[in-house]
Amino acid sequence: MAILEVRNIEKSFGSTKVLKNIDFSLEQGQALAIIGSSGSGKTTLLRCLNFLERPDKGKIVVQGETLFDADDPATMREKDVRMKRLHFGMVFQSFNLFPQYTALENVMLANQLLEKEKPGFKEHKKEIYAQIEEHAKELLDKMGLSDRADHYPHQLSGGQQQRVAIARALALHPDILCFDEPTSALDPELTGEVLKVIRSLADQNTTMVIVTHEMAFARDVADQVIFMDEGIILEQGDARQVIEHPTQERTKQFLSRFAEK
Amino acid sequence: MSTIMEQMPIVFQALNVGFVQTLKLFFVTLLGAFPLGLVIAFGSMSGFRPLRYLTRIFVWIIRGTPLMIQLLIIYYFPGLVLGKTIWGGGEDGRFLAAAVSFIVNYACYFSEIYRGGIQSVPKGQQEAGLVLGMTKSQIFFKVTLLQMIKRIVPPISNEIITLVKDTSLARIIALQEIIWAGQAFLKGSQGISGQIWPLFFTAVYYLVFSGILTLLLGWLERKLDYFK
Ligand SMILES: Nc1ncnc2c1ncn2[C@@H]1O[C@H](COP(=O)(O)OP(=O)(O)OP(=O)(O)O)[C@@H](O)[C@H]1O
Ligand SMILES: [Mg+2]
Repeated sequence: MAILEVRNIEKSFGSTKVLKNIDFSLEQGQALAIIGSSGSGKTTLLRCLNFLERPDKGKIVVQGETLFDADDPATMREKDVRMKRLHFGMVFQSFNLFPQYTALENVMLANQLLEKEKPGFKEHKKEIYAQIEEHAKELLDKMGLSDRADHYPHQLSGGQQQRVAIARALALHPDILCFDEPTSALDPELTGEVLKVIRSLADQNTTMVIVTHEMAFARDVADQVIFMDEGIILEQGDARQVIEHPTQERTKQFLSRFAEK
Repeated sequence: MSTIMEQMPIVFQALNVGFVQTLKLFFVTLLGAFPLGLVIAFGSMSGFRPLRYLTRIFVWIIRGTPLMIQLLIIYYFPGLVLGKTIWGGGEDGRFLAAAVSFIVNYACYFSEIYRGGIQSVPKGQQEAGLVLGMTKSQIFFKVTLLQMIKRIVPPISNEIITLVKDTSLARIIALQEIIWAGQAFLKGSQGISGQIWPLFFTAVYYLVFSGILTLLLGWLERKLDYFK
């Protein structure tokens, strides 16, 4: 069974339809790359998955559980949405780290707040916090940032900030980790270190949805690729197949722009 | 005619009394204007259009006219036009009227600063909190509040220092603050008249007080310098 099923999602802003009939599924442990030109709706799709936008139509199912169904208002209750979001992790193009917290604190904050709400927190506060800290340090270590744990975001390079953001998203153990152009805000010499981290996550079978303009990366790391064009999925399939042998004219045009570079 | 040495205790006694009134007006204004400014800021950002426009027009009027006019109107209007003074008599009445004028005036200035502070925190901060499963109030208190405070401290500091000196405007309705106290010795009070030097000393009070505040606010600003 697929870990993620997206069924016929539609989304309009005012009178413009930004997503039309978006339908795909993703297997556990696989990486899906979403490519497509600017304005084709890639970010909007990720935002729908993370409940930052509410689709007008369609369904989102994770591990058989219907998280969202446009025909069922019961799936949209504000207090449930908060917990449903935790199925997904999100890494933003602009990192969005919290500037007043150190790298380590950024990674720990959400877990601390979630634990606080659980019964029995007060009695075991020390152990719980120690556990969260240990876990956060492991994640930073995995990101190659153990020596940057106490740095504030403004003291880190863009590539380091993005790796902290990845650790922060992983800290909540999401089922599916989403990336929205994780390297687009980085200087070219810093993209490599972030892509390397994502590649190693793929090697460890992390389920991921990655919006990217790095075609070689998508081809090598992703299992599947979706090409979006003006709000629809124009082509999808095996990553190598789609990127090396696209069938649609629009996909060919789009990919040729990258080949020229 | 007494010597300056003999006049000094009398003068400083009077200036101290005046300065207490100045300080009272200063702190009462801040205490009232900090929260009222927040209310006005929310009004000026309201999704409900009539409220937003009304609030912004009000802020525009208050910020676009001199505080001195506002003081005079607020103090005299009820008595002269409505035929009934609502402020009560004497120094207490004058203080109440002055406090209301100052609070409303400064709240409008603060509201604009708050609004700028709130709007300057990038949307992405809120969204990052949401996708991490935080509630709106957790996001406000744990993520955005401190960033807002950091951004509003410098402009609020300027307003606070301005307020120190603006309190003297209450002189126009004869509030017995420090300028009033110093000026009394020009015209004559307690056997001392035609003396300008007490006024110079009022300036020293202001300088010392605004100096202390500048240091405190600068310290606060540096405290928040650890992040960007
Ligand atoms: N909040 C919004 N209100 C109105 N229109 C929006 C909003 N968000 C996105 N859009 C529009 O929806 C379309 C798709 O935007 P989206 O950001 O999803 O594209 P994208 O594929 O991520 O593009 P890019 O590669 O530039 O990031 C665009 O035409 C955009 O202008
Ligand atoms: Mg985008």
